[in-house]
Amino acid sequence: MRFETRDLGAWDTALLAWLRAALPSGRHERVEIDRTGLPPGVQELLSLSERVEGAPREREERPASLVARIGAHASSVGLDIVDALDFLGRVTKSIGRFVTLRAQFRRTDLYAELQAAGAEAVPIVTLLSAIVGLILAFVGAMQLRMFGADLYVADLVGIAMVREMGAMIVGIILAGRTGAAYAAQLGTMKVTEEIDALQTFGISVIDFLVLPRVVALFLMTPFLCLYAIVLGCLGGAFVGIGMLGLSPELYLDQTLRALELKDLFGGVFHALVYGLLVGLIGCLRGMRCGEDAAAVGEATTSAVVSALVAIVVADGILAFVFNALGI
Amino acid sequence: MSTRFHAFTGKTQNREPHIEVRDLTVAYGDRVVLSDVSLTVGRGDVFVIMGGSGSGKSTLLRSMIGLIEPSVGDVSYAGHSFTQSGPSERASFLRRFGVLYQQGALWSSMTLAENVGLVLGEYTALSPEEIREVASFKLALVGLSGYEDAMPGELSGGMQKRAGIARAMALDPEILFLDEPSAGLDPVTSRRLDDLILALRRSLGATIVVVTHELESLLSIGDNSVFLDNETKTVIARGEPRDLLENCLDPKVQAFLRRSQEAAR
Repeated sequence: MRFETRDLGAWDTALLAWLRAALPSGRHERVEIDRTGLPPGVQELLSLSERVEGAPREREERPASLVARIGAHASSVGLDIVDALDFLGRVTKSIGRFVTLRAQFRRTDLYAELQAAGAEAVPIVTLLSAIVGLILAFVGAMQLRMFGADLYVADLVGIAMVREMGAMIVGIILAGRTGAAYAAQLGTMKVTEEIDALQTFGISVIDFLVLPRVVALFLMTPFLCLYAIVLGCLGGAFVGIGMLGLSPELYLDQTLRALELKDLFGGVFHALVYGLLVGLIGCLRGMRCGEDAAAVGEATTSAVVSALVAIVVADGILAFVFNALGI
Repeated sequence: MSTRFHAFTGKTQNREPHIEVRDLTVAYGDRVVLSDVSLTVGRGDVFVIMGGSGSGKSTLLRSMIGLIEPSVGDVSYAGHSFTQSGPSERASFLRRFGVLYQQGALWSSMTLAENVGLVLGEYTALSPEEIREVASFKLALVGLSGYEDAMPGELSGGMQKRAGIARAMALDPEILFLDEPSAGLDPVTSRRLDDLILALRRSLGATIVVVTHELESLLSIGDNSVFLDNETKTVIARGEPRDLLENCLDPKVQAFLRRSQEAAR
């Protein structure tokens, strides 16, 4: 086989790729190939592409059977659970050291995290909770008006915000805002070897990085939750007073009459649980991050998704427990 | 360069072992990344771990400082096993190490002075002012005085590496581990880094373990070395890098040392 390329004006990689795919490898076929007819550049690049550097990469073995894959997945889930429990244990010990003032961390980090998780979340919490209050009141008013029970909009908004929605709004905002940030920060620190550097200085990574974040989120959620409740009720009052023509005193009075203190405690307790879950999950995902940029993305995504799932599951469990306890 | 090399040979002759690695094997599942590596580093030596990309140089370094747990084998410092030490013992080992990471790995949310001063705050009884003074001095040693309040992100690669060395020296370590100190640096900067490493060894008397594949650098600073092979993942040559260049007959070692020397010239 010979090549005749005298009239060939220009060539590019497409020719090379085609030649490499089309040419028989020579060992198995009884075809003599004379490449001298090809342009010199093509010959050189072809021979470069045929050179093998080191041992050729082993091909993946053929995919395992379905049963084997299910088994592998199931055992990896088991390992993930063990890993999460191990992490939880370490954080618990670290919180013990925090309480007894023996934890290795910088106060300035804790203050910075308190600010980032708390004060800086206020605008978005304001926006979301006011709007949720407004929507609740508006939708409720449409229905209640049919029965002439306009006034009960105050009850509806008050109970919903205090018992459930305030905590839920804060939980979801923190999962998307702060939990994701924790996973991304810790994941990036892992990629850039900053976490290794802490370890080789004998500094506890859990104390130094995880503790201030988890504590900050845990401490800030109740305040954000109270704030969200107030804003939600104000949103409801806006509809009640502006649209339904209720007087402010009446609306406030009706709201307070609908609520008990234990409702408020219940709501804030929800928020504390959500805050703890979001902080722990965000840090866990960050600490278990792989070693490249894609892994940071995966860690962040999984931090948000897992935190949202955890919030919903926790909400269900808490509803069951509160119900059983008659709260 | 050659005079500097000869100036250190006296020291290397009567060295006592400082670090001993015995039969170290590291594997992830079926994949062996380091196989049966043994080496001895003398006190005060500049010890070079060399080899091509993917030969397990960094893995060896990382298992020597406890970031990777070996599957088999033992690492000991001054006769005390590091691999088998408990958590509190290990912490006291770690306090005697200084590590420079490949990418510098400065804590990006802290200033340079805070980076250097963090461990001083953790492990010494110095006051904040004294810590700042010490940190400032360490930064000055690597030519970064005036950069105390700079954030790592504002620095060039070479400056980050130097700040990383300053941080590694914060506790006056007995052993400095340097993971590819000159990777990604221009020839002039990387040469200055070599000079810095030698000056530190001279003045502090620290043992220095360097992972590198920069030939010029390893020939000029190394008192002793091991050569890791890509395929067998183990040591195929050991000794003074200069001596290996002249007397080692292994073709892989020769290809590595000659080829890169030609390229460096």
